[in-house]
Amino acid sequence: MSIPTDLQYTAEHEWVRAGDPATIGVTAVATDALGDIVFLELPEVGSTITAGAVCGEIESTKSVSELFAPVTGTVVEVNDAAVADPALVNSDPYGEGWLLKVSVESAEGLLDAEQYAALAG
Amino acid sequence: MTDVIASPLHTEHVALGASLTPFAGWDMPLRYTSDLAEHTAVRTAAGLFDLSHMGEIGVSGPDAARLLDTALVGNLGALRLHGARYTMICAPDGGVLDDLIVYRLGETAFLVVANAANHDVVVAALRERAAGFDVQVDDASLRTALVAVQGPRALEVLGATPGLTGADELAAMRYYSCLPVTFDGVEVLAARTGYTGEDGFELFVDAEHTVALWRALLGAGEPFGLVPAGLAARDSLRLEAGMPLYGHELDTTTTPYDAGLGRVVRLDKVDEAGAVLDFVGRAALAARSEATATRTLVGLEGLSRRAGRPGHLVVGGDGSVVGEVTSGAPSPTLGHPVAMAYVTPDVAEPGTELGVDVRGRVEPVRVVALPFYRRPQG
Repeated sequence: MSIPTDLQYTAEHEWVRAGDPATIGVTAVATDALGDIVFLELPEVGSTITAGAVCGEIESTKSVSELFAPVTGTVVEVNDAAVADPALVNSDPYGEGWLLKVSVESAEGLLDAEQYAALAG
Repeated sequence: MTDVIASPLHTEHVALGASLTPFAGWDMPLRYTSDLAEHTAVRTAAGLFDLSHMGEIGVSGPDAARLLDTALVGNLGALRLHGARYTMICAPDGGVLDDLIVYRLGETAFLVVANAANHDVVVAALRERAAGFDVQVDDASLRTALVAVQGPRALEVLGATPGLTGADELAAMRYYSCLPVTFDGVEVLAARTGYTGEDGFELFVDAEHTVALWRALLGAGEPFGLVPAGLAARDSLRLEAGMPLYGHELDTTTTPYDAGLGRVVRLDKVDEAGAVLDFVGRAALAARSEATATRTLVGLEGLSRRAGRPGHLVVGGDGSVVGEVTSGAPSPTLGHPVAMAYVTPDVAEPGTELGVDVRGRVEPVRVVALPFYRRPQG
């Protein structure tokens, strides 16, 4: 499974695309393990998320996974298209299936692609 | 359990790109491409399942029917030739050791199909209970594969499969019956049974011939919309159909009555002399059949998006715990969460509104009659 080299990652299988705001999603490793995603629960625009804390849920027919905030900051946009059609997260986890855009206050301890690949291998 | 057992179809699964998962000591396909697509194919067309992990146990000899009537809760001696019956094997205290399907292959020959996880327990119990009977208990699990074709187009798929005989006989078969047919000259036991809530067939075949049969079914089924389907779809299909899964709705602390399956317990079984037949667990089950239930298995229809999952607590209007979810998932067919749960009898009436504590937040649910999904008749 190819892991994009331009992103940063967490051990809980979230990815972060640096920027202002930063974009957050879950990796193909996570979506493959979950199977078909049928429901996303994401934080509201304007809410604060804290790195390492649960900020949402990703539910498939088979199981459910908590979404851990990879950074600390304020949610400025939620991918409504993915909420309406969670299959986008399966089909394009690093693109159209992004989840949140966050104005980042602090981001620490993120992994690069090589470190994540070693972990997720 | 140390070594993982590979299905005879293992290389087929790998070639099809399946995600494999350890299951009761076996390495089995969880999904090929998409849980939802596989689930939907079975509801609307057909799915092909590898169920080689299931335990096949032959019981034969002059006392075969007597052994089964003593060892199991059902009346198997009364089963007609080529009939199939859903039954259970219980411990002396009435707890369920496994739920089974028994097929009658002849006057003195039966096939007992056990869950993979309980296969060793069932073989050991049957052998122990066979003491004093003139009967052989033959564990054929490893040399027998099981392939299932499930869905409204299953019969058409079998009819179009090259090398498979008996299409007319298959069409005439009743649900819950079986018939020996052949595939390329090799005997295959075709059973009109399944675990999906759809019409369909289960084909028992010697392990060495399984790859050829699988490929023939897959090729013949493609024009009908048949796709290979994994254990994830099997679980969501059986849940919608309200069918129990051992380890979830059934275990050794559960009696058939708790699970709403008291009908499988035949307290009225008699021996040749017409005397009450004392099967294993009878005394405890007879007492349980008279007692007031402390819990009962119900269906829960989710009224919000988040699904209750096994182990989640069911709560009443005042927040008190009234039960526990045993199986639960978002239903692909119905579009809302469904769950099975054990609850106290006072809240078991269909229409009762309860809650399920889903990771700290109570989601509203309503008690409904099982099954959640019933296939259109016709």
